[in-house]
Amino acid sequence: MSTSETAETTETVETKETTKAVHTGPVAPVEGPAGTAGLSDSGGGSSRTPGRPVQEIVFPSRDQYVGVVEEYRGNGFEMCADLCGVDYLTHFNRYLPEGVTRERFEVVVNLLSLSQARRVRLRVQIPESDLVVGSIFDVYPGVEAMEREAFDMFGIIFDGHPDLTRILMPEDWEGHPLRKDYGVGRVPVQFKGAPGPR
Amino acid sequence: MTEPTSDSPKDGATGSDASAQPESYPPAVAPAHPDTTLPSPVSGDEYLKIGPGGEPLGLETETSEGHQELTRRSTTGAGELRREVGAVLRLPEGVAVDPSNIDVEQSDDNTMIINMGPQHPSTHGVLRLMFELDGETVLRTKPVIGYLHTGMEKTAEELTYVQGSTNVTRMDYLSPLHNELVLSLAVEALLGIELPARADWIRMLMTELNRVSSHLMWMATNGMDLGSTSMMIYGFREREMVLAFFEKTTGLRMNHNFIRPGGTAADLPDGWEDDVSIICDTVLPRTDEYDELLTGQPLFRQRTESIGRLSAEEALALSLTGPILRSTGVPWDLRRSMPYLRYDEVDFDVIVGTYGDNFDRYSVRLNEIRESIRIIRQIVEKMPPGDYRVQDKKVTPPPRARIDESMEALIHHFKVFTEGFKVPEGEVYTAIESPRGELGCYLVSDGRSKAYRMHIRGPSFVNLQALPLMMRGGLIADAVSVCSSVDPVMGEVDR
Repeated sequence: MSTSETAETTETVETKETTKAVHTGPVAPVEGPAGTAGLSDSGGGSSRTPGRPVQEIVFPSRDQYVGVVEEYRGNGFEMCADLCGVDYLTHFNRYLPEGVTRERFEVVVNLLSLSQARRVRLRVQIPESDLVVGSIFDVYPGVEAMEREAFDMFGIIFDGHPDLTRILMPEDWEGHPLRKDYGVGRVPVQFKGAPGPR
Repeated sequence: MTEPTSDSPKDGATGSDASAQPESYPPAVAPAHPDTTLPSPVSGDEYLKIGPGGEPLGLETETSEGHQELTRRSTTGAGELRREVGAVLRLPEGVAVDPSNIDVEQSDDNTMIINMGPQHPSTHGVLRLMFELDGETVLRTKPVIGYLHTGMEKTAEELTYVQGSTNVTRMDYLSPLHNELVLSLAVEALLGIELPARADWIRMLMTELNRVSSHLMWMATNGMDLGSTSMMIYGFREREMVLAFFEKTTGLRMNHNFIRPGGTAADLPDGWEDDVSIICDTVLPRTDEYDELLTGQPLFRQRTESIGRLSAEEALALSLTGPILRSTGVPWDLRRSMPYLRYDEVDFDVIVGTYGDNFDRYSVRLNEIRESIRIIRQIVEKMPPGDYRVQDKKVTPPPRARIDESMEALIHHFKVFTEGFKVPEGEVYTAIESPRGELGCYLVSDGRSKAYRMHIRGPSFVNLQALPLMMRGGLIADAVSVCSSVDPVMGEVDR
């Protein structure tokens, strides 16, 4: 677990479509959330209240996402603790800091630094029309199953994932169950054409 | 349930065209072994540099036997193994069902693919493992999961926060209290409420007891997998003591719904100190018996030592947590490193291993039972008096007796149990140390009384990713041992 990797490609692509380039500049390893749109939510509870640590939240754009993750990787965040998707279809106007365009889907990544005992959360906005985001498999191989789960449940495509197939649902399942427009209850069973005796 | 899939095409090839055989078969005995030119074992720093291109670090992709070549495990990094060289069997499970569909275009057609599970008793539930074997050697493994998927995260979006713990408690059915705890912590973090001290300590007591029972269960099943039937009987026997205490406290042996947002469902029963002390006084000396029974036993050691080895870098790269990570020597325990509840007020040691093999994982768990008992004894001493729930009428329903006297209590009771309580908008990620690793809960609230999105980061789900790496190059007979040492609970994997 070294922090020797030089933070390269910090100034990631600031394309026209993502003029709301949120995360700029190198990630400060110890202090504060990086980038202008970072949130440091110290919360209303006292420090005694469990589960209420300072939450650092960064909102990289889709283009910056992989680069930002690599940057954190080089700055001592050894582990990707969690990756999941969220569908904000019915809660579209959630609070986001200035400069972040609201999109329907979000990929939420929780990075963990063991050496600094610190967590950082990345929230990437993904538009419904183009459900593609770069895979961070090359940075953290441990996200393999998590990205597959997010693909399975939301249909978010992780570009560069080695085996982006369904993981929890059957392979021939139609639809992505955790989307908000997916039905609840009385969902027809779709085990169609199970080949041969098992 | 084996499928010798590569047999029929191979036979056809050899029978019809004998000249094709020397093409693929003899080059395996290439004279100059390029293995000697392999780079030195990957050190941590080198490994960490696996970059955007995913360039291989440890292993040349071109070897004398093509991509199936096995090299020493230490020369390959986790990222590279999982990418192309083939630690993971990248075969869609639908294809695997029909043997005739399997692509047998392999340079080495001596391999075969067999299935283990989902009905195999040693997979601890409905885990299905697909192995690619060369003789008895495991080349690639693919864990296939989802057979127990019941959509609990979707269900959680339809349940109020009051009902939420009933749902999550069924995920990791061997440590249900941890599931309830992590959800409760997340809800409380969004609510911004502070719990009375006694609630924290009761939670600690119960979750530590749950850790003991979970590890005892693991000792039992692991012993059974490795042929030590007596260990199974002993483990279940001691676990039953803990479960009896749970039943006395919560009313149920499993799936307690005891830790709820706002505190716990009930106070500890009268005389709980004695019950807990008896558990401690019984289990602690018996861990020494297990130690004697297993640790010194040559058969057990041979089936665990240096099997399923994992390096610290690999464990970190694969996001492994819990005893698996600690067995590789990384002293990472959320109770110590990022304390929640009152873990900063108790004294305990974080158990770490050295080699990261099956035996280390066994040792870590065995000693964690002892550390948990040490914590429990401190909790018994330090348990403060006071409330076991937060005294907020919006969150905590009034006691049943108050309903008969107070109209307001009746209203609050009715509201809490029908509508639930509203939770402010926001997102939070909480994590605790479950017996299997980091159990996380990412909770999104839109201001209503039902979770907008609840995601559980199950440690077993992530830890299963270690299987291909740990089994690679090992024997098929050790697959059971390796799988058991991961301690997967399929209810949590599939959710």
